[in-house]
Amino acid sequence: MNTLIFRTVAPFLTALMLLFSIFILLRGHNEPGGGFIGGLIAVSALAIYGIAYGVAAVRRAIRFHPLSIAGFGLMLSTLSGLLSVFAGVPFMTGLWIAPRLFGVEVPLSTVMSFDIGVYLVVVGAITSIALALEEKESD
Amino acid sequence: MEALLAVLVGAFFATAVYLMLSRHSVRMLLGIAILGNAVNLLIFTGGRLTREVPPIIGAGLDALPEGAANPLPQALILTAIVISFSFFAFLLVLTYRAYQDLGTDDTDEMRLAEPKDDPMPPLGY
Amino acid sequence: MAATTSAPIDLSAALQLAPTPAADWLVILPPALMIGLGAVLMMLRHRIRLHAPIAIAGLAGLVLIDALLLWRVLAVGPVTMVMGRWLPPFGIAFSVDVFGAVMALVSAVVALAAAVAACTEIDDARLRYGFFPFLLLLMAGVSGAFLTGDIFNLYVWFEVLLISSFGLLILGSEREQIDGAMKYAVLNLIGTTLFLIAVGYLYAVFGTLNMADLVLKARSISGAPLMTLSCLFILAFAMKAAAFPVNFWLPASYHTPRVTVSALFGGLLTKVGIYALLRVMVMLFPLQLEELSLVVAVVAALTMLAAALGMLAQNDLRRLAGYAVIAGIGNMMAGIAVGSVAGLSGAIFYALHSMLAMTALYLVIGRAAALTGEWTLSAQGGLYQRAPGFAFVSLALFLAVAGLPPFSGLWPKIVLVKASLDIGAWWLAGSILLSGFLVTIALARVFLLVYWRPAPGPQAGEGTLPAAAFGPILALGLLIVLFGLFPEWPLSLSQEAAAGLIDPAAYLGSVFPGGGAR
Repeated sequence: MNTLIFRTVAPFLTALMLLFSIFILLRGHNEPGGGFIGGLIAVSALAIYGIAYGVAAVRRAIRFHPLSIAGFGLMLSTLSGLLSVFAGVPFMTGLWIAPRLFGVEVPLSTVMSFDIGVYLVVVGAITSIALALEEKESD
Repeated sequence: MEALLAVLVGAFFATAVYLMLSRHSVRMLLGIAILGNAVNLLIFTGGRLTREVPPIIGAGLDALPEGAANPLPQALILTAIVISFSFFAFLLVLTYRAYQDLGTDDTDEMRLAEPKDDPMPPLGY
Repeated sequence: MAATTSAPIDLSAALQLAPTPAADWLVILPPALMIGLGAVLMMLRHRIRLHAPIAIAGLAGLVLIDALLLWRVLAVGPVTMVMGRWLPPFGIAFSVDVFGAVMALVSAVVALAAAVAACTEIDDARLRYGFFPFLLLLMAGVSGAFLTGDIFNLYVWFEVLLISSFGLLILGSEREQIDGAMKYAVLNLIGTTLFLIAVGYLYAVFGTLNMADLVLKARSISGAPLMTLSCLFILAFAMKAAAFPVNFWLPASYHTPRVTVSALFGGLLTKVGIYALLRVMVMLFPLQLEELSLVVAVVAALTMLAAALGMLAQNDLRRLAGYAVIAGIGNMMAGIAVGSVAGLSGAIFYALHSMLAMTALYLVIGRAAALTGEWTLSAQGGLYQRAPGFAFVSLALFLAVAGLPPFSGLWPKIVLVKASLDIGAWWLAGSILLSGFLVTIALARVFLLVYWRPAPGPQAGEGTLPAAAFGPILALGLLIVLFGLFPEWPLSLSQEAAAGLIDPAAYLGSVFPGGGAR
């Protein structure tokens, strides 16, 4: 897949899809979307980048090993559930804070951090499988 | 509509079982993928089929509108899809590795772990 | 936020508004701790020197938590915690009674022993590939399955432990492992898919997935296809537990990975199937189980006899141990078929014994192979001369697996034989005794050939092993001897667990404190 058109378009497409995946992730709280589907979109972005520039380029671009990303996401999700021990409510109860940043009220919650964790788990785990498959095809 | 889907689910199951009875690991893999979809469709049908309203509680309401489908089976399917997706990805890599390393996709010839000419234990010493 | 809908809704019907006592966290902590630590180890994937200390400390913590949980359950009765404050049956509940707590405790002990054994057995390449993260995630699945009170959640934990077991099974990617993993993965996946089908039908019939709620509804419902459901559940869990006609994945795969991994699998995975069989069939569908008891009994007898014959025919020690695991499953199924408090407590006691004994058996085999450099009966020999102390411990363990006094295998067998004679199933009692006899012959032959006989040829293995390699075996052996010499404690626990399954009033009371709630 080394056509000039594809290689030129791929970085923009990847960037756009990554941005869109984050939009889908954040939108997921009250509307269709969420961490899993957002993560899948991000993985397809990385897969496109991998097809255009090779697996090594993707590994360089994401800096961390995909499984470390998945591990971080898993820990983030677990911690989001465990935070509720300090509020005296059961595991996985959503806790909200709404700090005012630059004059805008930003609602933050453990639900959201859980979903971000799911996003990272999906990105990490599926990317590592996708990269493994792409690596095999190239040799 | 339910009857139609029930027939479809049956066809899915039949296809899946037929494919899984094959000796070739790729066909078994396809059978497993179809089996997963058959189960998902089955649970989906169990949760009532309706086209009128999405199962979303609107603002100011505290219950689902009349005629909405039960959203819980859909949530179950979502979980099951995620799980079967990851299993399918794993099995895909495993089948590929098995084909590369064992040089066959015929499960009858995969006798490395249980060799045919395994000797009997000694009967005395 | 929910506060935007200003209509005054009575939340107390759906949400738990009272603060949660800190002790309830013991219910959720085992799987949460394991997932969290597994995630940390995944992040530290290149610092493999840190893996073993973190994992062992975490598993020691797990043992402690499970012990506290068991103590709490014994003191105040079953404990329930609901996720996200949603009251059952709306939210996912984690409910633990004596049965779940005692299984979780013993499984944690087994995992700790395996983790310590792994320090001397698993090489750096496999550590880098992620042995300890997979081990912790496997334990998350196992603990979650033992502690959850929601049947779909049980399915999810099954999948968690299944996918971690895939990872452990192909660790190192040798050709035998890939061959074994193909069969293991495909057949186990079909088994869990059957479980999912059954759960889907269950929801379609009952409209709830909370097990306590299911118990209440199953009593009042009539005309539902409960028999079909029961058959599906029994088939699915029998596949997981490796009962006779659907157990061929086990001897095909359990001998392929490193022996520590086999030890974990042999100790834990099939027992999760037995746990689910007991939990679902005895607690939810006791009437259907009674009707099907003859089928289960025949399956149990065939399982233990076929496995004992399989043991006699094996030359490879690891494959022999695989059949020993299946023989134990036959005994537990016999207890489930009998169905009385005595039969079920025998099955539960046997499951506890089997977790310890099977792990120890695989570890002993691994050490024997490390000393001699061979895996087969025909090539090994002369271990008694070289390591008399190890030979002594091994003999004790073989006797325990065969169910001879004075070790832990004896008491559950006595309970099971007596329970089956009490209901007039003399043939079931006979097959328990016959399979025990055949297992004794097979293991006595192992001792004779591997330990007693002079080495048949030059042995390629290491001359001596570090003392640490024998620590887990000694610890498990000590527990087995204690269970054998002082059986009152595990027996009374098993009886309490069995009584709680047959009459789950306390379990229901813990999930629905208001006594039925609706």
